[in-house]
Amino acid sequence: MTAKHKPRLAVWKFASCDGCQLSLLDCENELLAVTGQVEIAYFLEASRAVLEGPYDVSLVEGSITTAGDAERIREIRDASKFLIAIGACATAGGIQALRNFADVREFTTAVYAHPEYIDTLKRSSPIAEHVFVDFELRGCPINKYQLVEVINAYLHGRRPNIPTYSVCMECKLRGAPCVMVSAGIACLGPVTQAGCQALCPAYGRGCFGCYGPMETPNTAALTAWWREQLGMEPETIRRALRTYNAGSEAFRKESEVYEHAHD
Amino acid sequence: MTEHEPHDRLYVLDRADLQQLFDALQARGYAIIAPQIENNVIIYGAVERVEELPVGWTDVQEGGTYRLARRGDAAIFGYTVGPHSWKRFLSPPLRMLWRARKTADGFEFVDDNAPPPRYAFIGVRACELAAIQRLDDIYTRGAVVDDDYQARRHAAFIVAVNCGKAGATCFCASLDTGPGVGPGYDLALTELLEGAHRFVVAVGSERGAEVLAALPHRVASEGEIKLAAAVVAQAASQMGRTLETTGLQELLYRNVEHPHWDAVAERCLTCGNCTLVCPTCFCFTIEDTTDLTGQMAERWRRTDSCFSTAFSFISSGSIRTSAKARYRQWLTHKLAGWQDQFGSIGCVGCGRCITWCPVGIDLTAEVAALRAEDVGQPPAEPILEMA
Repeated sequence: MTAKHKPRLAVWKFASCDGCQLSLLDCENELLAVTGQVEIAYFLEASRAVLEGPYDVSLVEGSITTAGDAERIREIRDASKFLIAIGACATAGGIQALRNFADVREFTTAVYAHPEYIDTLKRSSPIAEHVFVDFELRGCPINKYQLVEVINAYLHGRRPNIPTYSVCMECKLRGAPCVMVSAGIACLGPVTQAGCQALCPAYGRGCFGCYGPMETPNTAALTAWWREQLGMEPETIRRALRTYNAGSEAFRKESEVYEHAHD
Repeated sequence: MTEHEPHDRLYVLDRADLQQLFDALQARGYAIIAPQIENNVIIYGAVERVEELPVGWTDVQEGGTYRLARRGDAAIFGYTVGPHSWKRFLSPPLRMLWRARKTADGFEFVDDNAPPPRYAFIGVRACELAAIQRLDDIYTRGAVVDDDYQARRHAAFIVAVNCGKAGATCFCASLDTGPGVGPGYDLALTELLEGAHRFVVAVGSERGAEVLAALPHRVASEGEIKLAAAVVAQAASQMGRTLETTGLQELLYRNVEHPHWDAVAERCLTCGNCTLVCPTCFCFTIEDTTDLTGQMAERWRRTDSCFSTAFSFISSGSIRTSAKARYRQWLTHKLAGWQDQFGSIGCVGCGRCITWCPVGIDLTAEVAALRAEDVGQPPAEPILEMA
């Protein structure tokens, strides 16, 4: 062990698909460089070797969906100097936040043979609803380069270069044609935060909103255009807003406008 | 010394010989950048052959919509402008300014400056030529010269094209930036489709004259010169939009608190598309990065937009948090503040911001709305006297 203390990194999982923590393993070329700078103290997806806390940096994936989760996240916060929520589940409640719009007991009854064994909260909630979060990294899943940037910035005491503006900025910077203007395809890009390098629009698809609302999302103006100019049905608009970031305030509120619009 | 044909005459290049222009430019070390179709949109990119251009295609534009359509002829430049502009090549959206390596007692710069690319731009429209000159004002005529821009600009060979049609979102005629090209080109073409398919060619520089001399060409007849003038006149008669510029600067300065800004803000997505497609929007931000070991640092220059909150971020936060403040800033700077700063209007009337706004916000309509109800309230002066 050198005299210099290597920051201890922990990776935690709550209700999620593992895709975001997999992004860390997916770093490949950068992974060795990361492990050269930090000590992986807790990362069950990568190693069963577990070091005791406290931890300098905790990456938290997943949303809080059980009473046990709500307790465990507080313990993790207590053991972590710097806590980074990663991914749509941890920052907005994830796809499982669709339960927030319905009665979760109906779901458990429909899905499980013995729903009485299921002990779950009524809502799926982001980490920041429970504990103080130092940084939120968006995405479903997160972008591995953004993850490395956040770790990198932490290591060198600088602000991470993680823009909060729209996907359109990245779309135009890469020179992709706007799918809404050129093909009449509904795209959430103008109200969604950048980070994916406009992956879907660059391949002719509308943005699905994986990175959640951008800094100042005007969802009302965008959906009004979808309705009036693209002829979209309220039901379709509501569904477009209710995916991985359905639980985010901007997308949730706008989706509720279209909840009973057809009645 | 008149080694080449004089500049003040017009010449004719046959369509069949256009490839020879491309070949001559490539033989002189230029990489040709020209319009081409990608994903149903006309963009600018590298080409080698004339056939790679959108031959026989045109575009149909309106606020928030853009579609390609067949013309029914074999015109090579029978469309207007798309989402790309030449600033992409003169002032790339993302560029590393320098890198440095940590040393025992500080740091040292790593010199990896490559020579600037030598581009030949084919099909530069009048409004775009005017836009390039706006960029020249900003990057090369101020207190600080952007060396990279200047090097790319000096190296660039410009083949301009006079517009034969105007789109529904075009208004260059209002700003006197088109549809006929002004000075600043090396060669300027006017496409004649009546009779034999050919181009009337104007020479704008010694470089242009030298290239033309290498191509089969002849002096244009009186009839051909008239036909070329008619082509431009036709485009001038088709402007889909107008922008009244009389007293424009004062109008905007006097209507800072106009209620119409709130109406625009309700529609504005603050997505930044207008600034990114604008051929004159030039703002950029600086990003510093490190490698994971902290041994290398890099400084990058990245296109920015006044529609992001970070753009106006100062020590205590962003000073333009509302959509109203940001849209007003953009439009007022473009049409009014620009005049104080650079002596011209920052808009060239290309209409890109109208077409590529995802919700079709129209700068000409917004200005007309301000003018229609010119409330004439100057911004409130801060009260300095104490009671």
